[in-house]
Amino acid sequence: MKIAIASGKGGTGKTTVATNLASFFSDSSKIVLADLDVEEPNSKLFFTGDLQLKENKFKYIPNWDKEKCVICNVCSSSCNFHAIIRLSTEILVFPELCHSCYACSELCPKEALPMVPSQIGILNHYKNSKYDLVESRLQIGEEQAVPLIAQTKQYVEKHFKNDVLKIFDSPPGTSCPAIESIKDVDFVILVSEPTPFGLNDLKLAVETVRELEKDFAVVINRFGIGNEQIMNFCANEDIDIIAKIPHIREAAVSYSKGELLIDKFPELRTEIELISEYIFSYKERAGL
Amino acid sequence: MKIVLTAKGTNWESQIDPRFGRAEYLLIFDEESNELSHFDNSAIANEQHGAGPYTAQKVLEQNPDVLITGNTPGNNALQVLKKAKLDIYIGAGDMKAKDAYNEFKNNKLEKI
Repeated sequence: MKIAIASGKGGTGKTTVATNLASFFSDSSKIVLADLDVEEPNSKLFFTGDLQLKENKFKYIPNWDKEKCVICNVCSSSCNFHAIIRLSTEILVFPELCHSCYACSELCPKEALPMVPSQIGILNHYKNSKYDLVESRLQIGEEQAVPLIAQTKQYVEKHFKNDVLKIFDSPPGTSCPAIESIKDVDFVILVSEPTPFGLNDLKLAVETVRELEKDFAVVINRFGIGNEQIMNFCANEDIDIIAKIPHIREAAVSYSKGELLIDKFPELRTEIELISEYIFSYKERAGL
Repeated sequence: MKIVLTAKGTNWESQIDPRFGRAEYLLIFDEESNELSHFDNSAIANEQHGAGPYTAQKVLEQNPDVLITGNTPGNNALQVLKKAKLDIYIGAGDMKAKDAYNEFKNNKLEKI
């Protein structure tokens, strides 16, 4: 089974839920936690383990061959992303705009744009006695997170069998990186907070997961601050709220030190337990 | 001399568009023939990425000597623009096209 921990708004507690849930689950199940928030991976801050493997990740971009090129403009006009610009005597390639679709390279009549690898980031695979953590880090300056997220998912698929519960710590927002992280999971947990900002972005996230036809439920973090709007919204929309993680200042202090909350705060452990029960009953119902 | 201005309309009364890559129109003024023409760049609003290099390519296709705009074009756009022998003047973002041209003629615009 694959679960994505997602949110509309950033900073609502995706990593808090993902890391604590992974640790909690690992008492009874085989777990891999994949940090797909490749622009800002921070699950590792809450995980001590040994590095199993470090892998450079690449995307493929066209490399202009001046000798072969006849400046015919087929490449530039076939590029949907303006990543290839034709000047009077040369072709300019903008690697960070390239989506690796190969159109220019395949359509070039002179084979003057062979695709070459360009590093986009690094994947790290860690392990401790409880579970595995896979994370990728996008190279600084690289604009596209999606190819690295896709390759990280491929790595997880290849190295962990079906009986391993896979938890994806997803990027915030509702744009391509978030969708790439969510699109082939079985269940999505949307983490939000009971503030007007939390509600606004939760609405966007709900719209997105419904469009993707995913089963989902909501976890409210920092429960006790803000207002009731988010509870009313979920009630009206018939969305399950599976846990309400109370707002505890000491928990935030503990989090800032990279500590797992379930080990120190029984009232938070209870909420993580609720999430776990919900997931297991979903798993049974769905026959996963 | 041929001059390209980024603009929000198609004539001398139009405001300069301070954005380079996402400029709505390019005004093209040929001093020799005293003719003002334009290129409609408004479809760029639908593009998420790559507006800078695209608009830069459109500018270079006009083969101009001078570009007048508002803000300094972004890095990608500059990479393209620097391939041509083209003087770039900025700081005309809040002017009408005709005023921007006059300021340029009076050496009042900042060259980058």
